[in-house]
Amino acid sequence: MEGIYAFCVGMLTACGIFLTLRGRTFSVVLGLTMLSYSVNLFLFASGRLSIDSAVILGESEVYADPLPQALVLTAIVIGFAMTAFVVILAMRARADLGNDHVDGKDPNEIAASMALNKKGEMN
Amino acid sequence: MQHWTILPILLPLFVASAMLLPPLSSRIQWLRIASISTLAILTIIASIQIFTVIDEGTQLYILGGWSPPFGIVLVADKMSSLLVLLTSFLALCCMIYACAGHDKGGEFFHPLFLFQIMGINGAFLTGDLFNLFVFFEVLLIASYALLIHSGGKNKTQAAVHYVVLNLLGSSLFLFGLGILYGTLGTLNIADMAVQVSQLPESETIIAKIGALLLLIVFGLKSAMLPLQFWLSRTYSSASAPVAALFAIMTKVGIYSIFRVFTVIFGDNAGELANFTADWLWPLALLTISIGSLGVLASPTLKVLTSNLVVISAGTLLVAAALHSELAIAGALYYIIHSTLVTAGLFLLADVIAKQRGQAEDRLVNSRALSQPRLIGFGFAILALTIIGMPPFSGFIGKVMVLNSAETMATRLWVWPVILFSSLIALIAFSRASSKLFWKAPNNKNAAVEKAHPYEITAIALLVFGAPLLVLFGGPMTEYVIQAAADLHNMEVSVYPLLPEESL
Repeated sequence: MEGIYAFCVGMLTACGIFLTLRGRTFSVVLGLTMLSYSVNLFLFASGRLSIDSAVILGESEVYADPLPQALVLTAIVIGFAMTAFVVILAMRARADLGNDHVDGKDPNEIAASMALNKKGEMN
Repeated sequence: MQHWTILPILLPLFVASAMLLPPLSSRIQWLRIASISTLAILTIIASIQIFTVIDEGTQLYILGGWSPPFGIVLVADKMSSLLVLLTSFLALCCMIYACAGHDKGGEFFHPLFLFQIMGINGAFLTGDLFNLFVFFEVLLIASYALLIHSGGKNKTQAAVHYVVLNLLGSSLFLFGLGILYGTLGTLNIADMAVQVSQLPESETIIAKIGALLLLIVFGLKSAMLPLQFWLSRTYSSASAPVAALFAIMTKVGIYSIFRVFTVIFGDNAGELANFTADWLWPLALLTISIGSLGVLASPTLKVLTSNLVVISAGTLLVAAALHSELAIAGALYYIIHSTLVTAGLFLLADVIAKQRGQAEDRLVNSRALSQPRLIGFGFAILALTIIGMPPFSGFIGKVMVLNSAETMATRLWVWPVILFSSLIALIAFSRASSKLFWKAPNNKNAAVEKAHPYEITAIALLVFGAPLLVLFGGPMTEYVIQAAADLHNMEVSVYPLLPEESL
């Protein structure tokens, strides 16, 4: 179980980091969301994985650590609010800047305008 | 008296919530009165708290009565109560400035501002790492909204970078917390300090990874070298009162570095004792260098000030790398000084920008200011202070940090870098002031609005902080030395915060 769990967390983190490094806000937002999923799973595992154990004393023979579950709950709520904010911000940036690139400039347009400038200088 | 420790968090929370509701929400005058009086009361509470801490020692506030390693605690020791006072005073000045009309650019400026204060105060006061994360998020989400407040292309673009970077930082923070909880079994700072010395050898490397992840996060907040590129753009595009308030935000990161890497991974951490110093040394010195380069290359006064924030962060990181009592004491003094002065410069840059018409705060020849004497006087004091000229507070702060480099090897690294950065700041400011004040043709034809009395009051409060820090230099240095000694002493910073049976 640990192996599969670790693989999932690692895979989510890797995808999250890859997507965050992309140039457009949509994939960056997706990447941040994936990162927050992986971090939630990771936090959950920090109390060690166990089966058939309740977080309440006396309900089962072994009991699970309740703190990571509380931490995950907080992290989920905060992550959700932050994702909502970054989605709105990305849409606002799309409206204000006219494109959805993180730097606010379309790389193709930059190249084109630079070529134009050169031409202008030559003329 | 017992509940005073939590007031710097609760008071802004309640007032800000009340501001969202009908009787207050639509009346700007009421909102202004409410926020200024709240911040004034906060400043008074924070000063009283300092005297309480001096008299009675560290104040421990146990929420809900759950005993420390398990419940949530707030800790007001000498360092955190000093920083809470600094935050409240700075916020008061920024709010007075904002009331000159900067708060009308968009909705909800006042509640957002108070939520941010709540987050900053909470980050300073909290006694466990998960709550540090929560308060970081509170101050961040308020700062995201404040940054894009009153809109504009520049702000939106700066905000996209800032928000994405900080969200990444939050994820890393949680990864670090997860690792540390998995190895140490607790997130209470005092309890972690006890547990880390008893860590089995097989787990030290994992705990080290967790701690380094935290260092990355705090480095991002405090603008440590490879993570400082967001700063100048964010700070220079934010509106003046917000940028001035952000001057304390990098210090939250520095404070967390001091707290975590002195109390938990400090001298008593066994194998992990002070292991971050190796990382902090080169990064701190390089941060100062890149800040100095930025200062020289700055086209506007706001960008110049932002780069000064980077230099001051580097200087503070040097103190963190030295990790001695004297260094931390010097750093605490330097934090107060640099926060107030950079905030003053951000506000002044805005006043200058308004009076120079189209040239704004760009360092080019342009028409004269309408109040050259008043603004020039304030600018001169702030510039001399931040450069570190005697007799102002920057001099004392820098001397304290320089003096704490005790061995020859550290001196050879620290002294030239810090002194050279001061020289560069001197050059940059001479150039800036000659462009802004002297090379201006004396044409009085354009009718320019004069600075609002609120704006002058706010800047004056910040400007006079510099000489006051020197006049009360004696008690101040005594206090910061005591605070740093407390931080290093496990008998004060750890054991009293835990019940006896858990030791």
